[in-house]
Amino acid sequence: MNVLLDNLGLYGSAFVGTVELFLIAAVGSIVGGMLLAAMRVSPVPVLRAFGAGYVNVVRNTPLTLVFFFFAFAYPRLEIADLSFFARACAALIIYTSAFVCEVVRSGVNTVPVGQAEASRALGFSFGQTLGSIILPQALRSVVPPLTSVEIALLKNTTIAAGFAVFEAGGIYQNLSERGYNVLVGLLWVALGFLILVIPLTLLQRNLEQRWSVAR
Amino acid sequence: MTAVLYDVPGPRARRRNLLLGVVGVALVLAVAGFVVYRFAVTGQFDPDVWQWILYKNVQLLLLDALLNTLRAFAVAAVLALLFGAVFAAGRLSDHRWVSGPATAVVEFFRAVPLLVLIFILYFGVSRGLGVNVSAFTALVLGLMLYNGSVLAEVFRAGVVSLPRGQSEAAYALGMRKTQVMTNVLLPQALRAMLPTIVSQLVVVLKDTALGFLILYPELLYQARFLGSQGQLGSPILPVAMVVAAIYITMCLLLSQFAHYLERRTRRSGRADPAAPPDDTAIEMQQVRAGTP
Repeated sequence: MNVLLDNLGLYGSAFVGTVELFLIAAVGSIVGGMLLAAMRVSPVPVLRAFGAGYVNVVRNTPLTLVFFFFAFAYPRLEIADLSFFARACAALIIYTSAFVCEVVRSGVNTVPVGQAEASRALGFSFGQTLGSIILPQALRSVVPPLTSVEIALLKNTTIAAGFAVFEAGGIYQNLSERGYNVLVGLLWVALGFLILVIPLTLLQRNLEQRWSVAR
Repeated sequence: MTAVLYDVPGPRARRRNLLLGVVGVALVLAVAGFVVYRFAVTGQFDPDVWQWILYKNVQLLLLDALLNTLRAFAVAAVLALLFGAVFAAGRLSDHRWVSGPATAVVEFFRAVPLLVLIFILYFGVSRGLGVNVSAFTALVLGLMLYNGSVLAEVFRAGVVSLPRGQSEAAYALGMRKTQVMTNVLLPQALRAMLPTIVSQLVVVLKDTALGFLILYPELLYQARFLGSQGQLGSPILPVAMVVAAIYITMCLLLSQFAHYLERRTRRSGRADPAAPPDDTAIEMQQVRAGTP
């Protein structure tokens, strides 16, 4: 208990860092994933191919590798001097967007074909079909798995700690410098993540039960 | 399904699609071109930073790193499958005192970030308890606990999703609980879930890269090491590119295998023709399992 109470400030600021990183990356990845999903179902073949290629490559890339690029390789390119926090956000957004895209796309697939056919028969364009007919219905089956993807994102923010963003995963280094028991310190970090993750998991289960559509 | 979202394009739509296609290609090429340009300007394509690839010692070093990665993957995959099988059986048990703790364990390890788990095993246990834990052990145990828990859920979902008639018929034939599970339910569940299981193995392979953060000498670790060698011209970007190609190729191959299994399962249909294969449910399950 002492480890937590003596370092309450450290834990507090670190978990605030985690939540900030998570929120920025979550919003970014949802926007990016939606764009990619729109590309993947669009009538333009080149955009479809690009979307598919991006998703396939990024889904098969370790997140650590993406971080590796942003942490060590990016500064060598001398493009723009970004803070490590910004680079961590970029890495998480690039990575998570691919997963969000997959979730949205398979959500689109759960909407019965008749819906799209009916809207086409009414003369709706692609944008109207997608925006007014398909996506609102797909939302119900998308949100529960989307929540799981964002939970995974929340857990993935810890990798940023390995590459030195100041957030919850990095507490152990500080504790070990101050001479506290690292094991106990890390167990408190794990508990902190449980407290962050469990409400999201409960929300996801709840949504899944209430929103699952009998088709 | 996606092809029904729009009509067969007419002349105007074709022109618009072409325009959008050209703009899209131009944008992608502009971004990619800018990155390649920066690579070229900062000298990443100069011959002297690629010299290392010719040295035999460096090649052996990278090969050794690749073997370390694969070793961690193989051991972690086998252990995770075993862990998953045991805890899936635990969760499916009729006895509260078995299923309760099993559920708690599975939920706990799924909720804790894998990296925190690995840090607890590596830094926490060695410095807190004084037990010496090697980086390999910490990495493999972490991967086993996390992926094993996810796999336990996959196995359980496979068994639960089977039509009830299967177990009822087996009980009616006088089989015992164990027999029903091992002879009737598990073979069907495994077959339906095989693509998802292989997708989860892709996650194991990807996550071996976390070993870099506890200094396990795998591919990324050696890339960092080579990248900091001044006499080779500090070629961190070239080495990172090669290592990225190796990682992505390995994962893509395994993903393709999962895809192939999925297509095969879908083509041959289910054992029970009365229950139409619920493709979307399986796809959703897969999307979820593929998440790191």
